[in-house]
Amino acid sequence: MTPRPDRPAVSSQGYWRRNLTYVGSLLVIWFGISYGAGILFVEPLNRIRLPGTGFPLGFWFAQQGSIYVFVVLIFVYVYLMNRLDREFGVDEDAE
Amino acid sequence: MTVTAWTFVLVGLSFALYIGVAVWSRARSTSEFYVAGTGVSPLANGMATAADWMSAASFISMAGIIAFQGYDGSVYLMGWTGGYVLLALLLAPYLRKFGAYTVPDFVGDRYYSQTARIVAVVCAIFVSFTYVAGQMRGVGIVFSRFLEVPIHIGVLIGMGIVFFYAVLGGMKGITYTQVAQYCVLIFAYLVPAIFLSLLITGNAIPQLGFGGVDQTSGTFLLDRLNDLHGELGFTAYTSGAKSTIDVFFITAALMVGTAGLPHVIIRFYTVPKVRDARISVGWALVFIALLYTAAPAVAVFARTNLLTTVSEQPYAEMPEWFTTWENTGLISFEDRNGDGVIQYVGPRAQDAAGAAIENELTIDQDIMVLANPEIAGLPNWVIGLVAAGGLAAALSTAAGLLLVVSSAVSHDLLKRGFRPDITEHGELIAARVSAGFAVVVAGYLGINPPGFVAEVVAFAFGLAAASFFPAIILGIFSKRMNREGAVLGMIAGITFTAAYIVYFKFINPGANTAEYWWFGISPEGIGTLGMLVNFTVALTVSRFTPPPPPQIAHLVDLIRVPRGAGEAHEISG
Repeated sequence: MTPRPDRPAVSSQGYWRRNLTYVGSLLVIWFGISYGAGILFVEPLNRIRLPGTGFPLGFWFAQQGSIYVFVVLIFVYVYLMNRLDREFGVDEDAE
Repeated sequence: MTVTAWTFVLVGLSFALYIGVAVWSRARSTSEFYVAGTGVSPLANGMATAADWMSAASFISMAGIIAFQGYDGSVYLMGWTGGYVLLALLLAPYLRKFGAYTVPDFVGDRYYSQTARIVAVVCAIFVSFTYVAGQMRGVGIVFSRFLEVPIHIGVLIGMGIVFFYAVLGGMKGITYTQVAQYCVLIFAYLVPAIFLSLLITGNAIPQLGFGGVDQTSGTFLLDRLNDLHGELGFTAYTSGAKSTIDVFFITAALMVGTAGLPHVIIRFYTVPKVRDARISVGWALVFIALLYTAAPAVAVFARTNLLTTVSEQPYAEMPEWFTTWENTGLISFEDRNGDGVIQYVGPRAQDAAGAAIENELTIDQDIMVLANPEIAGLPNWVIGLVAAGGLAAALSTAAGLLLVVSSAVSHDLLKRGFRPDITEHGELIAARVSAGFAVVVAGYLGINPPGFVAEVVAFAFGLAAASFFPAIILGIFSKRMNREGAVLGMIAGITFTAAYIVYFKFINPGANTAEYWWFGISPEGIGTLGMLVNFTVALTVSRFTPPPPPQIAHLVDLIRVPRGAGEAHEISG
């Protein structure tokens, strides 16, 4: 691995801005699935069935779907951040 | 073999395993004692976090609460998992980079203030003690029911085991024991869930099974349960009785509280790198989700089984499990109309002529998971396994909490507070003595529980949400946040939340109804409002007080990038 120069102040700001964008977008999904589909819009969604099952859709989001989405969100975040760390040369492999 | 014999064998084997692991991994330095020498792999840490997190409340009570509340029980499912997204995205990587031993360490150093540190220590000790008392109580219930020993003997045995590996092993011993405990508890939870799913729906995966077709009636299981609820005068299972705003606020309080609980946060100090801290939260949630997605299925199976087994059945023909639980006082039947048949009905039940039917049966929701295998007639070894799993859940959480209490005393109060000249050896002794003392206090509370333990445990989340969470978030995401803002914010948030809870729960419990609540928010959900109060006070005060010194802005810059995370260490300043 080639040694990388110390991060200059400008790129460090760029790194932080990109980080905030990722976190913000993922939290919008987080909010939409749990508070949106699972709580605020649960009743209209309950009129729809998850196809082929007995689950009313809103109920399913509240008791199953939101949890699966939470897991996926964290792994997406890990992937995005590891890529970003390498891009800006602030990852921990070069130490 | 009988249920009791199986329980003795399985509980005995699991305890032997925990002690073996503890001896193999005992701690030799303060770094090993507090953060396992930061040498834990992310996968193992994820598993340990899952065991640390899933307490007797998750294992024993949660499915029962969902069974009785239906859709309203979703607040626990979403609340206790969604917090991990906040933890992964907003807290864990930065706190790992900061590299302290405890949560008060971060608060004290980031806000360059002993006052902030002391406020954080007091919050940490209070939250952890209320929580741990509930765990010891759970241990006592399992022992008294399955091993037929009095509750206080059960608590004493549990105390002995926790004392042994928490005091000897510190974080290192606890972490590896928790890995073993996770395996025991998840196996013990999923085996009966799979059995029940196969029996009722013919599908081996409980998460899918409870959306499937009920084998006896040929309709969807959830439809059948809703019909049963309708006939018996209960609210439909898949819709709730709570108001939307209350569900919203309770879920938020539990989520944010989860992300602010000290015993969860310190787990992410134990991994080697920032990158490991991120992925470790992901693994933790995978392991937690295995149980949390099965719990609503278990709830539906338990509810259906219960209604079909007891409703409108003659009392004299009740099976053995009914009588055993009746003896513990957790089921009680009073034949109000004297017909010898059990009427288990909801508030809206009517007979054919339109007259109201009185309910004659009360069932404690905490027994549903423990009684479920017996109600369904599963083999005796499954019942013993559930007992061992419940103990694993209670003991692993108790140990993690005790570590927070002991490090708060030996590290935050002595080393970083009143006795900075203490040697490493002296600090280690202080840590062990305070862990031992905490075990004894927790055991005492487990044997003589104040009547409000269960309630206080739920409120620990609200208090954590209203105190730690905003202080840590602002410490990372705002360079302008200063000592004055953080301290006043924490004090305002926790005082507001505690006052609301104390008023409705202890001073004026008669007024604890939606009619008197502010904006219809119950005491369980008020932590969310307390968090908003904290944020508002902190941001306002910081605008009118001097900014933090320049080295703090530099410190914040450092924790925002992963490179350079060494071992957890003392930070000068």
